[in-house]
Amino acid sequence: MRLKTTLVAAAAAAAFSVGAHGATLDDVKAKGFIQCGVSTGLAGFAFTDSDGNWDGFDVVFCRATAAAVFGDPNAIKFTPTTGKTRFTALASGEIDLLYRNTTWTLSRDVDLKFSFLGVNYYDGQGFMIRKDMGVSSASELDGATVCIQTGTTTELNLADFFRANNMNYEPVPIETNAEAQQKYLANACDVYTTDASGLAATRATFEDPENHVILPEIISKEPLGPLVRHGDNAWGDIVRWVLNALIIAEEKGITAANVDSMASADTKDPEIKRLLGVEGNYGEMLGLSADWAVHAIKTGGNYGEIFEKHIGENTAIGLARGLNQLWTKGGILYAPPFR
Amino acid sequence: MAGEKPVAFVAERQIPPSPPPVRTGGALGWARDNLFSGVFNSVATLLSLAFVAYILAMVVPWLFLDSVWNASSLQGCRQVDDGACLAVINERFLQFVFGFYPEELRWRPILAFVLLFVAIWPALFSSAPRKLLIFSALYPLLAYWLIWGGSLWGPVGAVVGIAIGWACIRFLPPLVRGRLDEGLAFLAAVGAGILATALWWLFCVIAFEDALSAVLAIGLEPVESARLGGFLLSTIIGVSGIAGSLPIGIVLALGRQSNLILIKAVCVGFIEFIRGVPLITLLFVAWLLLSYFLPPGTEFDLILRVVIMVTAFASAYMAEVIRGGLAGLPAGQYEAADSLGLDYWKSMRLIILPQALKISIPGIVNTFIGLFKDTTLVIIIGLLDPVGLLQPIRADQNWNGIVWELYGFIALFFFIFCFAMSRYSMYLERNLDVGHR
Repeated sequence: MRLKTTLVAAAAAAAFSVGAHGATLDDVKAKGFIQCGVSTGLAGFAFTDSDGNWDGFDVVFCRATAAAVFGDPNAIKFTPTTGKTRFTALASGEIDLLYRNTTWTLSRDVDLKFSFLGVNYYDGQGFMIRKDMGVSSASELDGATVCIQTGTTTELNLADFFRANNMNYEPVPIETNAEAQQKYLANACDVYTTDASGLAATRATFEDPENHVILPEIISKEPLGPLVRHGDNAWGDIVRWVLNALIIAEEKGITAANVDSMASADTKDPEIKRLLGVEGNYGEMLGLSADWAVHAIKTGGNYGEIFEKHIGENTAIGLARGLNQLWTKGGILYAPPFR
Repeated sequence: MAGEKPVAFVAERQIPPSPPPVRTGGALGWARDNLFSGVFNSVATLLSLAFVAYILAMVVPWLFLDSVWNASSLQGCRQVDDGACLAVINERFLQFVFGFYPEELRWRPILAFVLLFVAIWPALFSSAPRKLLIFSALYPLLAYWLIWGGSLWGPVGAVVGIAIGWACIRFLPPLVRGRLDEGLAFLAAVGAGILATALWWLFCVIAFEDALSAVLAIGLEPVESARLGGFLLSTIIGVSGIAGSLPIGIVLALGRQSNLILIKAVCVGFIEFIRGVPLITLLFVAWLLLSYFLPPGTEFDLILRVVIMVTAFASAYMAEVIRGGLAGLPAGQYEAADSLGLDYWKSMRLIILPQALKISIPGIVNTFIGLFKDTTLVIIIGLLDPVGLLQPIRADQNWNGIVWELYGFIALFFFIFCFAMSRYSMYLERNLDVGHR
């Protein structure tokens, strides 16, 4: 911060003005970096390494967007946001883009006036229970005590699920995931319910993860994706197509390692040629350089590589691809054609 | 009467004192008096000892014997030993201290921290050279410049603004002497001073800074607020809140007792409004409402906003603490000051405030400690103070699942700061001999 800008701001504060934001794309290009809102910390999705750099599944998508726009994955600044501050930060223009495990719902899309640009992780609410309880399905949970985070959509989903199945439960209200972990381990509740990715991450931290199971039922849809403000169409298109490009890259087998050789070598596949800017003027249509997708893929690899590195089965979090597998491999990840 | 026999029943020498019975003296006697003086107390002592032993038996092996200092992940810790995984603190210590402050520039906050002690020395101990107070007055801007960097001329411009305001207050009243009532003249001078300072800050500082930078560019590499975090952030907010709230609180407390209806109304309104609103609400206002109201693209620094809000909040409480001290003085003190012919400021400065502040010390330090601990509330607006840093650290796959070690470490930090403040206040009370003995 500079004193100068502070004083300018203080002066400007006198002149009341409501946020009629110009085109974010122009702003972003003018200032030379993207201000990206991420979580203040969610295992696998957003965290800081020992050097203080942000990393994680959501963070890499932010960086890939920066790489596509500026050719540099570090042309980005992160604003850690909480569940309470994330939407305000975006609406007020403090951040240009929000990549924070945000569930796409109608009211957020319409009433809060944001545009969701796709889904980078399909989540859903699940249940975790101790193995020695001998329960193998959520339909056997009648009468269980359930640790549940208050004020979340998961609380409502839980009530819906038990009512629909004509079962009773006793809620144990908790505030944070850390608290839930302690309560659950202290046997204050039989079952802990939250998003399945969160359950897996939590279970991975236990000393005896093998004694806990995540039940197969997923009782809600939680499509998590990036969002921008309403009316930011040109900017939103870029964010959407960076995400799509990373998915298409996985489909076509383009990885961080081979993207350069793919772009230079004479590949047969016309879609790869279009994606990597060898053919056509798709970058120009987006207002980007021709090789934007090359930079984006180089950041952290294609969708599958990012997934495996941060939350995949070989990590401590150990999530299976599940729904987040490509449509060709049994998942529902499906990017529109690149043409 | 030589040769007279001494009287048989009068002792010639004093019998040397014999040691007290073992049961009443020494450690045993002390223990008997203080720990086992009765059935109930003996049972209570034994139970307490058992409790302390139980806690120590759990904590000592966990924290000292079985703890792991060198590992790269929680799993790594668990492979080595089953005690505290202090490796996380080992690895993230600097992050806890500085947040994301650039590594090669970390000497700047360290220097600012060391200079902080020089700056508060004359304020805390009367034995310090008085001239250091000038340094103390300049310290906030110096620290600001060291931590945030940028051109030196910005802070210098701010000082010039304050000097202009002071000059107005100092030199305007004599100019209008005779034409205006003295109090009114003073009030007008204060108003003019504040206005002049504000105008200077709003419209002239930037030109001043640019002009001088063009002539002679002295500056440090700027560091963004987003990179501040950890204990550095708590200390910045806590220290500026503490340093700001005491003078503002004194002014508000005096204003509340003022006979001038306007000043009194403003002070009462401010104090009651702030006290009626939770700090979290004020932080949300600082963060959220200002984000909406400010024109897009303006950067009114978030930390500065938070500091202003925290200071305002603490000032209102401070004002009430000091008002308690003022009310605690016998009316005779006010009358004595008046009868000496002292004007308002002199009587306050020389007679009333020294006594009132002395009475208020416990309350003042109480407010300081509360304020310092309240700085952790900034976590809800996404600032990464030590408690806020826990989340991104625990979200790292390597350290996910660590609880006690991190919270304990932060608690230790806050304990050291708050305990030091409380000990200092006890020292001060002893020195000033508050008890009216």
